Amino acid sequence: MFQAKIYVTLRKSVLDPQGGVVRKSLYAMGYQNVPEVRIGRYMVVDLEVADQDAAAKQVRDMCDKLLVNPVIEDYTFELVEV
Amino acid sequence: MKFGVVVFPGSNCDADCLHAIKVVTGQPVEYIWHKSGSVDGFDCIVLPGGFSYGDYLRCGAVARFSPVMTPVIDFAQRGGLLLGICNGFQILTEAGLLPGALHRNKNLQFLCHDTHLRIENNQTPFTSLATAGQVIRVPIAHGEGNYYADTATIQQLEENKQVLFRYCDPQGEITPAANPNGSVNNIAGICNRQGNVLGMMPHPERCAEDILGNTNGQLIFQSLLQQWQRRCG
Repeated sequence: MFQAKIYVTLRKSVLDPQGGVVRKSLYAMGYQNVPEVRIGRYMVVDLEVADQDAAAKQVRDMCDKLLVNPVIEDYTFELVEV
Repeated sequence: MKFGVVVFPGSNCDADCLHAIKVVTGQPVEYIWHKSGSVDGFDCIVLPGGFSYGDYLRCGAVARFSPVMTPVIDFAQRGGLLLGICNGFQILTEAGLLPGALHRNKNLQFLCHDTHLRIENNQTPFTSLATAGQVIRVPIAHGEGNYYADTATIQQLEENKQVLFRYCDPQGEITPAANPNGSVNNIAGICNRQGNVLGMMPHPERCAEDILGNTNGQLIFQSLLQQWQRRCG
C-alpha cells in the first residue's frame, strides 16, 4: 500500500489574498525578510496499490479529475510505501 | 416552456429560483433531484446558489460529479438553455461548461449586498429584453466569486462577446471601486461560445418581485421566456 502526500497551491499567476494577508502580518511582527507567502492545501491519500508506478499514475489521474483545478492550482506529490 | 431547478445537497437558493421562475414567467417549473439520471422534457435548467456538498474541496468540485450532471452536460452540449447562479456558476466552471474559475474574494470577506451590473451583450437568450449597456441592480452573496481566467481565455471571452454582465457603478462605469471581489475585467457573468449556457455570481431570483423592492432580476427570466416563445411558438 502507498500513501500519497499531495500539495496543492494557487498557480503563480493567480493572486493569493490569504497569502498576502499572512505575509503582511508576518512583516508587522518583525519578519521583514519574507517577500512572499503562498497558502495551499495538503492532502494525505492512501492507496491500495501494489506498485509505485501504478500509484503515481492514479494520483495524477485523481488530481487532474477532482483534487486540483488546473485553471488556478498547481500540485506536487510524493509517495511513500506504508 | 418547462423549467427545472436542480437540487444538490446544500443548495439553498433552489426554492427562491423555483418561486421566481413561477411568478415571473407563469411557466411550469419543477425541482430536479441531484441523483436524477435524466433531464428529459425540460427546456431550461437552473443550477441554483448555495453550498453544494458543503463547498468541500472547492466550490462546485463535488457537485460537478453528481449523477444529474451527466444528462445536464449532455443537455447543454445539445444547445439546451442552462443557467448557473452563484454556486451554479462555480459548478459550471468546474464541469468545464464555462471557462475560468471562481476563487476567494480579493478582500477575503463573504460579500452580501447589491451590485450594479452593466449588460454587455443583449444578443443572447438570457438578455434579449435588455437595451445595450443597460444597468441593473442585483445582489451578490458569495465568498468565492473572484473570476479568474488566463489572459488568452479572457481575450477570447471579450472578442466573442461572452461577457454578459460586468460590475459597474450606478452610472454604468466599469471602475475598480465597483468591482466587489477582484474579478478580472469586473466580470460578473459569462456565457459559452454558443450562447446557451450562462454563469453569473449575482442572484436575479432575489430581485424579481415587487414585494422585494427590486424587480431588475425579472429581465433574465422574461428574456428566456420571450426567446423560447419566439423559437417554439
